[in-house]
Amino acid sequence: MCFPRSSDEVAAAVGVARRHGRAFVARGSGTGLAGGATPLDDPVVIVTTQMNRVLEIDPQARVAWVEPGVLNLDLSRAVGHLGLHYAPDPSSQQACTIGGNVGTNAGGPHCLADGVTSAHVLAVDVVLADGTATRLGGLEPDSPGYDLRGCFVGSEGTMGIATRIAVRLTPDPPCVATLLCAFDSVEAAATTVSGIIAAGVLPAALEMMDAPITRAVEDFVGAGYPRDAQAVLLAEVDGLEGGVAEQVDAIAEVARANGATLVRVAADDAERALLWKGRKSAFGAIARIAPDYYLHDAVVPRTKLVEVLRRVYEIADAHEVIVMNVFHAGDGNLHPLLVFDQREPGVWDRVHAAGTEILEACLDAGGVLTGEHGVGIEKRDLMPRMFSPDDLDAQARLRDAFDPDGVANPQKVLPRGSRCGELQRVPEGTWI
Amino acid sequence: MTAPGPVVAPVGARTHWEIGGPPTEGAVEVRAPVGVITYEPADMTITVGAGTSFDTLDGVLAEHGQECALDPRSRAATVGGILACGLSGLRRLRHGPVRDHVLEVRFETGDGRLVKGGGQTVKNVTGYDLPRLFVGSLGTIGVLQQATLRCRPRFPRSRWFAGSATDSFRASARLWDGAREAVLFEGVDADVESQGRGLAPLDTPPALPDGPHRGRISVAPGRVGECTAALAGRVRWCAELGVGTVHVAADEADALVHARSVSHAYGGWMLREAGGPSDDDGFGCALPSAALMRRVKDAFDPGWKLNPARLPFARIG
Repeated sequence: MCFPRSSDEVAAAVGVARRHGRAFVARGSGTGLAGGATPLDDPVVIVTTQMNRVLEIDPQARVAWVEPGVLNLDLSRAVGHLGLHYAPDPSSQQACTIGGNVGTNAGGPHCLADGVTSAHVLAVDVVLADGTATRLGGLEPDSPGYDLRGCFVGSEGTMGIATRIAVRLTPDPPCVATLLCAFDSVEAAATTVSGIIAAGVLPAALEMMDAPITRAVEDFVGAGYPRDAQAVLLAEVDGLEGGVAEQVDAIAEVARANGATLVRVAADDAERALLWKGRKSAFGAIARIAPDYYLHDAVVPRTKLVEVLRRVYEIADAHEVIVMNVFHAGDGNLHPLLVFDQREPGVWDRVHAAGTEILEACLDAGGVLTGEHGVGIEKRDLMPRMFSPDDLDAQARLRDAFDPDGVANPQKVLPRGSRCGELQRVPEGTWI
Repeated sequence: MTAPGPVVAPVGARTHWEIGGPPTEGAVEVRAPVGVITYEPADMTITVGAGTSFDTLDGVLAEHGQECALDPRSRAATVGGILACGLSGLRRLRHGPVRDHVLEVRFETGDGRLVKGGGQTVKNVTGYDLPRLFVGSLGTIGVLQQATLRCRPRFPRSRWFAGSATDSFRASARLWDGAREAVLFEGVDADVESQGRGLAPLDTPPALPDGPHRGRISVAPGRVGECTAALAGRVRWCAELGVGTVHVAADEADALVHARSVSHAYGGWMLREAGGPSDDDGFGCALPSAALMRRVKDAFDPGWKLNPARLPFARIG
């Protein structure tokens, strides 16, 4: 394991790994949930946390150059006095690194209107799998040829290691309103989400929490969420005064039409901050209920939220697992939390079985395997459920173009057998 | 590098046929399916055949008060052509580049396989980002069959104003042609009015420079001022402030050569959109990470059947 301080040292570390016939794995803070940075088979682990400088801030161009180990929240703090922020805001933003965000193409509540990491990365200086350094993308709006920057973002360390990243900074909106809506059923809340989108409103964030998680959060933070609600929505709209007022009205109207028991607009910044603190503390709050949880991440079309959520609860019931839902409802990004105590015999099997069934229910509804956490090891072997052998082969070829010898974070993202040359598609019942 | 046997050139509406290197003579032209495949307004996503024109797409979305801000120069352009060319529209400042609007692509590779990349939901990080790879690839890695696009609600009001709007929040476009600055605001009536206060409304949007020789300069937004100053009177130009795109047009091919050398002097480059000297490869520069890009081309088109000359693979850096 090594902690380089510069691009040259990253390249040197890759060189050492290669000379000794080892693979290498890039790692930031290790907050990833899909195992993308988990070392398998004794690779050289290249940890970028020592490369944590904000190198340059250009407030006119609204661009910052940062090293990969800069923490997500530290970047927003470094540019806050300029009226700017870095838009992607994962729940782990106090701990996760920009380099890791690039690796997973991370999201966050405010990616509903602003887009996930890929829309905010202009250029990446990388050390490729062969140890050479190059720049992908640039500060100019378009680069000649293929969008290799776009390929690299979200490649989970399988295409090289980012050593410097140019990110786009977003101006703080002049006006922000945060609404808290409570409902006496999950379905009413989910119908409201679909209704808001269908009404032509695109909030900056639209988050949902069900009853168990709302109560846990309230016990933990005391953020002012109603304990008796079956589901709450946290909606935020931003922009100019007129548009914000219209959107607040539209959201309130849809919520009331769906039987909301409470519609409250946060009175000031302090109340807004407290509501968000509650939302972002949800995972910590679970410890009050059970010692362990398995957090899932899948996306469904927003029009399918009601039926998929119903399935999620049914599946958890059938496997006798507690499920809690706290998620980015506005973009259909579900995060079912399976809560358990691993000391209970046999519980892991039930948790895994329920999790897989939930993912399959999402896929059956036209969804995808992951919205912001990545594939890593966790979902690697489910990839054939979403992609055909030809799709996977194409992805494998793209990966090989970046890393012909397969040394950059091998065994992640693509399942064994993705390349058409590898043994696969053997008809059932064949003796081999 | 080109394999024996026919070379294939995907064709849209030919609105940007001269972009990049010239197509291989005798190439077999193939067209993509036309029409809306699925449109769920409440999901704000639409899936269309790649041969569907922007005009058709925009019409269908408008019926539900939505749009997809691809904004091609010609409404006849097809979705496949817009994605393959990757030329972003004038509202990029607010709506983002073309690549941010594409959720899923399905294309036929050079070795004849139908490949899907991305997914039809508005958020997705499952597997590698083939949609972004496809955008701007000029038909060199696949023939697009269909694409799923992200839509958004159409703004109730959209209005151009003359004047400077450096500090305006979320202007949709800011154009500067050396004499005048124009700014586009979109939003609810009250906001557009308040943002336009003190500025003169424009009845028609500013026209981009036109002529037989056209190009598009890409420079860092902070260098647009010096770059356009150096273009001097040789070409007509219009810059997208805050973006870094400078549209240039001229009556003489030489002027386009001048514009390209200016772009290089300021750390940028120029894509030829039309005309130019007969030996122009469209880019006038080597591809960055050229060896890697060649391997990417190999990965999707092992026989180099798809538009082998559109990108300057052969140019030495």
